Formats: sequence, C-alpha cells, structure tokens
Amino acid sequence: MFSYPTVRTSLIFLAIAVAGLLAADIAITASNPWRDLGNFFLGVVTPNFFSSEGLMTALLRTVAFAFVGVALGSVAGFMLSLVYRFLPVRIFCAFIRAIHELFWALIFLQFFGFHPLTGVLAIAIPYSGIFAKVYSEILEEADPEPGRLLPPGTGVIAAFLYTRIPDCWVQLRTYTAYRLECGLRSSAILGFVGLPTLGFYLESAFSQGLYSDAGAMLILFYVLIATMPLWVKPKLLPIYILGAPFFLGDGLPIVWGNVERFFTQDIIPSPIRQGEGLAGLTSWFGDLMVHQALPGIWNTVILTQIALVGTGILALLLFPLISNHFGGPIRRTSGHVFLVIARSTPEYILAYILLQLWGPSMLPAVVALALHNGGIIGHLIGRQTNNIKLRGDAVKGFSRYSWELVPRVYRSFLAFLFYRWEIIMRETAILGILGIYTLGFYVDSAIQNIQFDRAMMLILITALLNIGVDALGRYIRRKLALQTMPTC
Amino acid sequence: MSGFDLPSLTASFSGERVVGPLSLTVKQGEQVALVGKSGAGKSTLIRLIHEQVNRNSSLVPQELGLVNALPVFHNVFMGQLDRHSVWYNTMSLIRPFTADKTAVRELLADLGMPEKLWIPTASLSGGQRQRVAVARAMYRNAGLLLADEPVSALDGPMAHLVMKRLKEYFTTSVIALHDVEMALTYCNRIVGIQDGQVALDDTSDRLTAADIMSLY
Repeated sequence: MFSYPTVRTSLIFLAIAVAGLLAADIAITASNPWRDLGNFFLGVVTPNFFSSEGLMTALLRTVAFAFVGVALGSVAGFMLSLVYRFLPVRIFCAFIRAIHELFWALIFLQFFGFHPLTGVLAIAIPYSGIFAKVYSEILEEADPEPGRLLPPGTGVIAAFLYTRIPDCWVQLRTYTAYRLECGLRSSAILGFVGLPTLGFYLESAFSQGLYSDAGAMLILFYVLIATMPLWVKPKLLPIYILGAPFFLGDGLPIVWGNVERFFTQDIIPSPIRQGEGLAGLTSWFGDLMVHQALPGIWNTVILTQIALVGTGILALLLFPLISNHFGGPIRRTSGHVFLVIARSTPEYILAYILLQLWGPSMLPAVVALALHNGGIIGHLIGRQTNNIKLRGDAVKGFSRYSWELVPRVYRSFLAFLFYRWEIIMRETAILGILGIYTLGFYVDSAIQNIQFDRAMMLILITALLNIGVDALGRYIRRKLALQTMPTC
Repeated sequence: MSGFDLPSLTASFSGERVVGPLSLTVKQGEQVALVGKSGAGKSTLIRLIHEQVNRNSSLVPQELGLVNALPVFHNVFMGQLDRHSVWYNTMSLIRPFTADKTAVRELLADLGMPEKLWIPTASLSGGQRQRVAVARAMYRNAGLLLADEPVSALDGPMAHLVMKRLKEYFTTSVIALHDVEMALTYCNRIVGIQDGQVALDDTSDRLTAADIMSLY
C-alpha cells in the first residue's frame, strides 16, 4: 500500500501534523469547561427569540450585506474572468482573494469607519477574486466546437452569448448560489469587528452569558441557510439585489480626511514617514519579522497543518453518515442535519464559541476548522458514494467502508482536501483576531496599537503565505493527478 | 464562394501523416461524395477544406457542435449570427423575432421536425440532433456545403429526405458518406479516399457500387 503516491503523501502530512501537535499549544484552560459547554447547549435547546429587538434587524442586515457584497463581487468577478488569461489579472485576483474578508473589513474600518461600504467592500473584493478564478475555469470548460462552427464575421459578444454562456449557465448559477451561502457566513462574521450583522449580537450575547439569546441567533442562522432554496428564487433575485442596499443601515458618515490620511500617512512604514532612511527601514522590518511575522507564520502553519489533517480524518469518519451504503433513513437524516450544521456554522463562530468555553489555546481553532471543513468534505464525499453501484454480494459494515468505498473515493477526497488547504490557512490566520497567536493576532494587535504600517505589512505577508500554499496545493494535486472541480 | 481549388492538402497528427499530400478541385455545381473506409482520412479532409476556404462554408461536422443548453431555434439561428448586430442577436437570445422564427420553422418543417422549435437540443434523440445541425448549415446558406456523415443517425426514409434537401439547397458540396448507394444517388462526383490519398475520382454516372466497393 505504501507504494501508492496518494498514501505516501497522506502519511507525510499526517507525520507533519503529529510533529505539529507536539509543538502546538493545545490545552483546555477554562476552569470548568464542561459546565460552560453544558450551559451553552442548554441555551441552544432553550432558545430565546424575543429577548432583543436587535435580533431581526441583525438578521436582515446579515442578508443585506451578503446580497450586496456577493452581487457586486460576482459582477466584478465576471468581468475579470473575461480577461483572466492575462497574467497581471491572475496575480491581482490571487492577491485580493488571499486576503480574508475580515482583514479587508479591518482595513476599511480604519478609513471608512462603520459605514455600510466597509462591510460591502469587505465581501465584494475577495469574492470578486474568487469569482474571477472559478468563472474563468467554468467558461474554459465550455465545448469549443459550436464556437468554431459560427460563420466568420460573427461578433465576439454574440459568439460568447450563444456558444459559451448557455453551455456554462447551470454551473455558473450553481456556483454563484453556493457563493451566496458563503456570503451569508462572511456577512455574519463581519459582526465580530463591529458591523451590525449577526456576529455582533452573538458576541454581545456571549459576553453577557445570555446563552439562550445566542442559541436563538444560531438557530435562526441555520434556518436561514437551510431554507435558501425556498426563498432564493431566480425571479425574486432582482428584487433582493435592488432592495438589499436599502437595508444595510446608515452606519456613520465617511470622513474623507481619514481616507486620505490612511493612504498618505498611516500605511507608510514609520521609518520612511520620519525620514530615518534605509537603516531605519531595515531595523523596522527586522523587528517586524522577528517579533511578529515569524512567530505568526510559525503558529499559522502549525495550526493549519493540524487542522488540515483533522479535517481529513473527520471527513473520512463523517461521510458514512449520509452515504446510503450504510444504515437506515433515521441515521442518514440525523447525519444530514449534523453535517449541515457543521458546514453552515462559520469556522470563526465555532472557534469563538469553543474559545469562550475552553479558554484560549489552539485547540478551539483546530476543532472549529476541522468540524467546518470536515463537514463540507464529508458531505461532498458522502454524496459521491451514493453514485457508486456496488456488486450485489459486496461485503457489509466496516469492510464495505474500508475495502469498497474509501479506496474509490480517496482520490477525490484528497483533491477536495488540498483544494481547501489554502482556505483553511486563510481562516487560521484570521482566527488570530480571537486571541490565538496566528498572523491575525499580530495584525489585530498592530491595529489596536495604531501601527497601521505594521498591520498592512503583516496582511501582505499573510496574503503571500496563502498564495504560496495555494500554489503548493495545486502542485501536489497535479503531481498526484487529482481532478479538482470548483465545488467548495 | 462555392467551388475551390486546393493544390496541396496535408494533415498530420503527432508526426504521422493522415491526409495528403493531395490536390482537390471542386467546381461550382459539383456535388462530391467522399467515400472510403473509416480512418481513411475523410473527416480530416473535410476539416482541412473548411479551414482552407476560410470557413466560408456550411459545415456539418460529425460531432455536430450543438449548444446543448439552447433550444433548437437558437442552434439553427446561430448560422446567421454574422448578419445581424450585437443588439439584434442579444435580443433574439431573449425573445426571437417573428421573421426568424418563421424562417427557422419552415426549415425544420422541410426536415420533418417542425414541432421541436423550443425543445433544448440536449433532450433530442441522436437523429433529431443531426437534423438540427443540418438545419443550421442550411440556414447558414454558404455557397458550399461540407458535411461529415450528415445522415448516419437517421433511418432509411428520413436519411433520404435529408439528403434530398441537402442536394436541393446546395449546388456545390463535399459530403463524406459511408453509404455507397446514397453517394451514387445524391452526388454527381465520387472521390474515394484510401490511406489519405485520392484513390478514385469520377462522375457518378460512370461508376457502379461495385467499383466503389473495391476501396473497402
């Protein structure tokens, strides 16, 4: 079995994660974590939907920010996808999508303040980078033959509309709808940096120990996402998109002086601002690297590797829950519910909750990342096994799992896992804002200390790290000849 | 443009020559049947001619090249996208104009499928799909028809109907056919291809099925 490159790669990653575990800070530091966890679950089963009038507003704002952000992102991303073959466009898109929504929000907060534009752009910018990449991949998949058969002299636009778009329409629509769901999650967590969406109310409910209020918010959020097929209808979309901007709230007005100051002073490295010359800049950069960037990178990488392997193990354990090769309808239904909850809860919210309950360490982050991503991959793999037709006399139980199913889905499982590698790293970095010492922690502290020059440099380093991991992931997928598709 | 004179046609795939070097001259009014074993190079030759005449021909490739997600109407209408403005074409995608609908419907009626105008091509049978590709070529109405086994998925009477329509519509054509009787009935010149070379070239009235069978 060790002669399979896929198995060898898996074992190498497993070994790295185990080594990482030894170096990582994994602990439960809360004095009574299980009582807190119990209280929280008690809150979820006794939700209080009526305590705060802000709840419905928060829900509405969450939906509004998601719609405006994703709509803008998809239009801009579509435009970019048309010119995606040019290298500068690719680099630009890779760069803007390597920076997490929350980082974008933190940047815009510094000069737009709590204006709706902050939240809208925080979603729209990284999403347009993602849309550009995936749309261009989908468009490239279109059958080129009809285009070649058009009479010479057919305009570029007509050719595009008749031979490309119809062929990809279903995929474009499915992917955009999926992204809208992601947009709802992104919008919800923007509340954690102070925008008026769900995260804001969740955080305040938690800090006051109002677990029933927090439970109500989470339940409403799941209902919102689970019922999306019912309320997101093609015919209603124009109404939502035109109406959404009116429900973003007013926020605070933009002070344009702040915008100018941010770009002309705040983000300029302080040695340049104060004319300390090259020597000053070198020592500034050296200090930044040694005290912030390198520890941040180290922790981000360790946490990412542990979370990646955790995700993989969990996905392999979870997929039988929805596979129709095992058990009965009751188990599958509860399996579906569990996986929907796991993948609908943003990692950030999961990590936040676990951190409140278990105290600060890498453990809540690892569990949150593994649960969310494992839920997504488990769901995709489970669905894939439902298309497998086994011979009539195939073995049952664990042997069926290990001999018939896992070998068949292992390659696509790895493909999904390496596809999500970069996503996991992006999330790991951002979880630092919650107090885990990844790159986000150092970015957040720099902002708190009003050192925007350092914050920007750290965000830049984070983006480069993500781009690097993305490239490495693609290299491994190519090396192992793993097929990938833009599904998650 | 209708006839053509192509002095040196060659095609190679991964270093191996599949067609030519051969020269082929087709005069206006000639309806040429390309016959020969499968793999002899007929499809490649059709493609080659299509490129050499700068794609100024109505082409029916073997793979048909339909846009599966679009209805039959739009797949046929695509044959004339070059004759309208971007706005006209875009409007037609959303709401086709009556004149075009009538024209396309008549064309489909000629091919025995007038009722399928708004069915997505993906849900048609193989024979129906083939007729949509033929209709597109007819709607395109270039002076020259290049068709690669255009009736291979059609049953007897329907195959004859389609070949008859093609003969009426296009005075000049090059059609790859594996059915020898069909070639003798609907074409006035037979070109036999063997190992990428012209092995037979004569008018139909001077050939019998037996002469052609020697190629197989």
